[in-house]
Amino acid sequence: MRASTVDLVADTARAAAGRRTMAWTAAGLATAATVAGGWLAPPDAVQGSAQRLMYLHVPAAWVGYAAFAVVLAASGAYLLGGDLRWDRFARAGAEIGVVLTAVAIATGSLWGHLVWGTWWAWDPRLVSTALLLLAYAGYLALRRALGERTDGRDGDDHRVARPAALVGMAGFLLVPVVHFSVVWWRSLHQQATVFAPQRPPIDSRMALALLLAVAAATLAALCVLLHRVVRLERRLAADTPRTAERVPARVG
Amino acid sequence: MNRRRTGRTAVVVVLLAAGALLVTGALRGTLTYYRTPGEVLRDPDAARDRVRLGGEVVPGSLRRDGDLVVFRLAEGGQAITVEQRGGPPGTFREGEGAVVEGTLSADGTFRADHVVVRHGNEYRPSTAPVEPVDAR
Repeated sequence: MRASTVDLVADTARAAAGRRTMAWTAAGLATAATVAGGWLAPPDAVQGSAQRLMYLHVPAAWVGYAAFAVVLAASGAYLLGGDLRWDRFARAGAEIGVVLTAVAIATGSLWGHLVWGTWWAWDPRLVSTALLLLAYAGYLALRRALGERTDGRDGDDHRVARPAALVGMAGFLLVPVVHFSVVWWRSLHQQATVFAPQRPPIDSRMALALLLAVAAATLAALCVLLHRVVRLERRLAADTPRTAERVPARVG
Repeated sequence: MNRRRTGRTAVVVVLLAAGALLVTGALRGTLTYYRTPGEVLRDPDAARDRVRLGGEVVPGSLRRDGDLVVFRLAEGGQAITVEQRGGPPGTFREGEGAVVEGTLSADGTFRADHVVVRHGNEYRPSTAPVEPVDAR
């Protein structure tokens, strides 16, 4: 029973069942990741148990990047095809990305306090991540401001969607800056382990816990994304459409 | 209409450029988060003002002198003796990286009052039950 993404965002009982299955799978993965990260994986030789924060921090950061990639792809698809459904995907992606980036900063701050000895440092990785958070919070603020100014409905109006798509795509330029900040500049933050050209050693139980945590976070974020788009569309359908610009939203 | 639009675009471009200039200016300290011992030794006058110095804590160089923690920070074959006032964080140990904040005094020692640990990207299981950290 394979359902494509487009089927899963439909407001039907079958799609809702598919989304529920996904949510339960994500919950199962999250449980496995908690067991693996909390007990199975050993404490780190240098950092002790504080290193377990990695299993929250790294998935939050990576899935945050992925959420901003959704903004990039959906904004591009909207600009090319003019389908407002992609605009709603972009909005939901940005919301998820902002929350996850905030989680990455918060868990990183605690990790830094425990291991580096400081909650915050004016270091390239930390500052660029804060800028990324600001950029997409600004993107969401822009959407809201445009919606109020044009009296259009966010998610159903080209006057909001078009400028938002341009800003959302431009914001993605910061993602590689954040990722490579530890390579381009001197940083307090350690360099990548998993995505390093010559992979530095990581204990296999730690790697397994990290893999499970990333899988759980990815699937959970996908669930939230679909749920958010369905809710947005339900809300838009409940109001009588004021603009005549509605494009048939069904794709495929 | 078209003219107004051009004007508005110009204003936005100028604002963006000014913002970018401010941000890069403010981030100059961020982009070189710390200096290496070699850089500080080559240009000692720059380190009379408060700077950050980073490197590896030389194994065997760590000792305690009352309130002071003394160690050598090395990178690329050059090292500076650091006198740190106040206890370093619990993860601080020889052979790991550290970044200290302070000034270079005339006798060549770096007097620091703030130290953070800069650990690597390798993750190994701890062999023994986590040893109590000696550095406090």
